[in-house]
Amino acid sequence: MNSTLWSLIGKGVIETLEMTLISTILAYIIGVPYGVLLKVTGKGEIMEQKVVNKIFAFIANVFRSIPFLILLVFLIPFTRAIVGTSIGTEASIVPLTVGTIPIVARMVEQSLNEIPYRITEAAKSMGANSWQIVKEFIIPEAMPSLCSGTAINTATVLGYSAMAGCIGGGGLGALALNYGYYRYQNDVLFLTVLVLVVVVQVIQESGVLISKRIRHS
Amino acid sequence: MAEQKIIYQLNHVSKIFRDKNSEVIAVDDISLEIHEGEIFGIIGMSGAGKSTLVRMLNRLEEVTSGEVIFDGKKLGELSPKETRATRKQIAMIFQSFNLLSQKTVLANVEIPLKLIGVSKEERKEIAREKLKIVGLEDKVNAYPAQLSGGQKQRVAIARALAMNPRVLLCDEATSALDPKITEEILSLLQDINERLNLTIVIITHEMNVVEKICNRVAIVDNGKLAELGEVKDVFAKPQSDAAKHLILPTIAGDNPFDETNKNCYRIVFNGRAATEPVIANLVKRTGESVNILSANTRSIGGIGYGQMIVEFPEDPTAHKVVLDYFTSIGIQPVAIDKEVVI
Ligand SMILES: Nc1ncnc2c1ncn2[C@@H]1O[C@H](COP(=O)(O)OP(=O)(O)OP(=O)(O)O)[C@@H](O)[C@H]1O
Ligand SMILES: [Mg+2]
Repeated sequence: MNSTLWSLIGKGVIETLEMTLISTILAYIIGVPYGVLLKVTGKGEIMEQKVVNKIFAFIANVFRSIPFLILLVFLIPFTRAIVGTSIGTEASIVPLTVGTIPIVARMVEQSLNEIPYRITEAAKSMGANSWQIVKEFIIPEAMPSLCSGTAINTATVLGYSAMAGCIGGGGLGALALNYGYYRYQNDVLFLTVLVLVVVVQVIQESGVLISKRIRHS
Repeated sequence: MAEQKIIYQLNHVSKIFRDKNSEVIAVDDISLEIHEGEIFGIIGMSGAGKSTLVRMLNRLEEVTSGEVIFDGKKLGELSPKETRATRKQIAMIFQSFNLLSQKTVLANVEIPLKLIGVSKEERKEIAREKLKIVGLEDKVNAYPAQLSGGQKQRVAIARALAMNPRVLLCDEATSALDPKITEEILSLLQDINERLNLTIVIITHEMNVVEKICNRVAIVDNGKLAELGEVKDVFAKPQSDAAKHLILPTIAGDNPFDETNKNCYRIVFNGRAATEPVIANLVKRTGESVNILSANTRSIGGIGYGQMIVEFPEDPTAHKVVLDYFTSIGIQPVAIDKEVVI
């Protein structure tokens, strides 16, 4: 293996991290409010809205049940419309984000559901409004769980980014496909897998660590 | 206690929980008043409707019929915004404390202040001050998980006080605590009541809680108001079956008297006299003595609270001497027999 390959792998890592981080952040910007919405409009919750809840839960479920590879293909026209192209790192951010939003939403909802209703009751008894109940009571209580959820989601996006790489995106996925598969360079394939494993491990472990660090119960 | 302003007026309040195929009448036509500055007890067996009743006092639960009037305002007629503003005057503490586990003690106490937009520095200062009142100023940086149950309830009390409330509602606030810690929390509540003239409503299923700190008590049975009055009156002469059930079994727990014994009496110490001298003086003055079958009394600042079951002498003359002695010092022994104990 020569230095060009190493620099290719270096570039791949950077592209992968770029796609993963940007997509995860974007997915959280939309996914957190989405998850909160699912939570607060649920049955017996502070802003119970059966119809709204059903609709949003349905949309999230539909997107979650589409295999990511198919979603990728399915979203190509949409990606083109937004980024102008369907190829490259920036372009893969679109399907990655869209695919991750419902995952984040469900995970946020689940984390918030772990907080017992008595916390909401205490908040209400203090005269908190719905926004304050979420912001000052439920989210701070759910923080450790939200953190470990974030690590898991980031790792998922990383895996997806490799898939996106196969469909014209950059990153380690594209590298593995181009060199490892089309050119039979097993060493590249192996190295790419190794790097991916290490990166996922680092993300997972730091998530667990942060979650532990901030958990006080 | 002198006549006071009425802070809560309940008129024919009922609460019915309905679902598809069942209906529970949790609170059934209760009318009562709570005076400003008093400690008002609501006692009843499990499932009697106490929690439902108290939750209607801050509108966590909506009444099915009747009205709850707080400080002249009908809670049922308030807008959501007015309801929230009113709740800020009505603090509540719970059996399960309901502290935020991810926030420090200080941050927990700051929450109600944060809700009304008090600045950070001011919040911390007020929170510290309230923690001092409950004796936890050295725990400001601890997390709830590091505290004992009693300490957690103290934090909850400090948090309640931070709202500067008119009323403090306590739903089984001591039920998760052991007797000694219960005592401490009750003393704290009593102290707060006296110092701040804060009205306190205490929900409990434990008679000794009412006995220790309440001025007046409502006995709730099966959703209905079974008895209402000054604690000393209700304790001395429970009228309803529910009251007898609640008051007497606290002594009859390890039932020391047999049903045929007609010499058993219940003596209530309502804070007017010390328990010890009463019994000691009996011997001194009359030469007679009683057999203490069971006692559930405590002395606070030398004043006795609680009750005793005693066996009077069998000899009719001695019996009368003892009876007269108690009457002369203002205690009315209540004969206990099978019928009363139920
Ligand atoms: N949300 C609810 N839905 C249906 N039934 C309810 C609800 N809340 C309470 N109940 C019923 O109302 C009755 C009174 O309940 P409540 O919790 O007020 O009793 P309690 O006196 O506080 O009892 P405990 O001492 O066990 O706390 C019970 O039969 C209970 O099952
Ligand atoms: Mg209850």
